Amino acid sequence: MLGMIIGVAAVVLMLSIGQGAQTTVNQAIASMGSNLFIVLPGATSSGAMRQTSGSVQTLTLGDAQAVASLPSIKAVAPIITGTAQLNFGANNWSTVVTGVTPDYFRVRNWDTEDGEVFTDTDFRSAARVVVLGQVTAKNLFGDEDPTGKTIRIKKSPFIVTGVLAAKGQSLDGRDQDDNVFIPLTTGQRQVFGSQFPGTIRFMMVQGKSPEVMEGAESEINQLLRQRHRLAEGMDSDFTVRNMAALAAVATGAAKVMSLMLGAIASVSLLVGGIGIMNIMLVSVTERTREIGIRMAIGANRRAILTQFLLEALVICILGGLAGVALGIGGAWAVSRAADMVVVITFGMVGLAFFFASAVGIFFGFYPAKKAAALRPVEALRYE
Amino acid sequence: MMSVQSESSAEPLIRVERLCKIYSLESGVNGTVNSQVLYDVSLSINRGEFVAIMGHSGSGKSTLMNLLGCLDTPTSGHYWLAGRDVASLSEKELASVRNHNLGFVFQGFNLLKRMTALDNVATPLLYAGVSRAESRQRAQELLQQTGLGKFSEYQPNQLSGGQQQRVAISRALVNNPQLILADEPTGNLDTQTSGEIMGVFKRLNREKGITIVLVTHEDDIAAYASRLVRLKDGRVIHDSKVDS
Ligand SMILES: Nc1ncnc2c1ncn2[C@@H]1O[C@H](COP(=O)(O)OP(=O)(O)OP(=O)(O)O)[C@@H](O)[C@H]1O
Ligand SMILES: [Mg+2]
Repeated sequence: MLGMIIGVAAVVLMLSIGQGAQTTVNQAIASMGSNLFIVLPGATSSGAMRQTSGSVQTLTLGDAQAVASLPSIKAVAPIITGTAQLNFGANNWSTVVTGVTPDYFRVRNWDTEDGEVFTDTDFRSAARVVVLGQVTAKNLFGDEDPTGKTIRIKKSPFIVTGVLAAKGQSLDGRDQDDNVFIPLTTGQRQVFGSQFPGTIRFMMVQGKSPEVMEGAESEINQLLRQRHRLAEGMDSDFTVRNMAALAAVATGAAKVMSLMLGAIASVSLLVGGIGIMNIMLVSVTERTREIGIRMAIGANRRAILTQFLLEALVICILGGLAGVALGIGGAWAVSRAADMVVVITFGMVGLAFFFASAVGIFFGFYPAKKAAALRPVEALRYE
Repeated sequence: MMSVQSESSAEPLIRVERLCKIYSLESGVNGTVNSQVLYDVSLSINRGEFVAIMGHSGSGKSTLMNLLGCLDTPTSGHYWLAGRDVASLSEKELASVRNHNLGFVFQGFNLLKRMTALDNVATPLLYAGVSRAESRQRAQELLQQTGLGKFSEYQPNQLSGGQQQRVAISRALVNNPQLILADEPTGNLDTQTSGEIMGVFKRLNREKGITIVLVTHEDDIAAYASRLVRLKDGRVIHDSKVDS
């Protein structure tokens, strides 16, 4: 019974953690937006970045606009970032300030929960407007509605046009909701000052469809090399990364982890099964005698088999239910303690339950079947 | 199901002819070794008799009792119980015979653990298809008759040997069998308790006409019977009426 409970609980727990990891990764990928390239300054050699992307500024707003005019490209979102101190009344919060174009929200497929994102007019006029991420909004405003209020970024006043919907973690584990967005132009001219004179930190490029992605990658490369006047044979001073490929790698990794946890779970179920088997086999002597007694007082084979089958069934169902409850409780505790997403599906619960029951019923029933085939004297004399 | 009462009274309740039992033992060196335990045992027991079987240890008494109780099958020979050839019965019919026609009482009581005295006594009735409520009621009556009314909710390990044997006797009686087979029923009990248990058997035989076949080593236990059969090395060497 205990083996049964632990086996089932372990499987449910492991599978739910694995499934949770997969879900987290999938959500992070979906939250990124689809058909995305990220174009970063700095060269790559043999797949790894040689220089950190912050140390060189080779990409400009002009580059971004040029890429946007390529026929296979749907939208481009040039981005600058920095950290800054924010104030609302007495509340202080230091966070990432991101300068973007209104296209950014379309590329990321990111809606507001309240209010609006800023407009092309705001962008062109370098207006002091800001869109808040969920976490930042909470930290600055608490339960108050931020839309229309004025906050200060590095002491300058900005009007909040809206609050974004929650996005959760990114693939690299950052909280995407602790962030504020201002027009790129405002950032360049007023917030980050001379740090980014006309240059951008990186850009997100969205292709028109999954099919054009491969062609688009070489088009971007060609175009930017041309604009940067790089001769044949020279290393690029920028890097184009296809996020779809990256996503595939991440999904694959999550799958592997899921599988590994599944394998561990199977082992614990197996161990649980062996535990059940042992308990059942240890009681064979006693059971065989009991069966002998029952036959001596008039039980026929069928009555005995029915009884033992029912008994095994009851043990397995009760043990299985307790195991499922324990597993779900454990998964909940893990999600609480480790701040992890766990996903419990009907399938995995069913699988654990089914396997444990099969083992339990077999090993509960099989010795009884053997004992019932004996003559009563043999069963009574069994040691 | 044929009932015992419907048989003609001329037919003995138990008739065995040239019954043999050979055990085959696996032996590492010699392969299988056959050991014959019963040699051509023939015996007739009429309804209402009270028979004591005696003999040295290993003379085959238990072997014979197990055959009579349909717990084992003979190597050769015939056994008619109430006129029916036991060899011709199916597994299911044998179970039914053990359930309805006879009650077996063991030296070691053989009660079911983790079950109350009441449930132990009621179990044969459940196998006979009697409802739970009725079984329990009948079991309670029997426990009352054997003086165990107060102990019906006790488990076997909470009862003394004598009490356990009374529960076992009640269980053997619960389906109103015509025959009680008892293999050293007092073997584990002290003299006084043995006397009480034998009193129960005597009463059953006198008042209800139940046929009793009982194995014992003790002369004063055998003295309760009206007929004495002696076995030696698997053969009947003595069979006589005794006056009680
Ligand atoms: N299952 C068995 N396999 C092999 N031999 C057996 C088996 N059961 C009994 N015997 C042998 O049969 C012989 C008779 O045994 P049985 O139990 O009938 O004797 P008994 O008269 O009841 O003896 P006791 O008075 O000690 O109970 C013994 O020699 C015993 O070794
Ligand atoms: Mg014996």
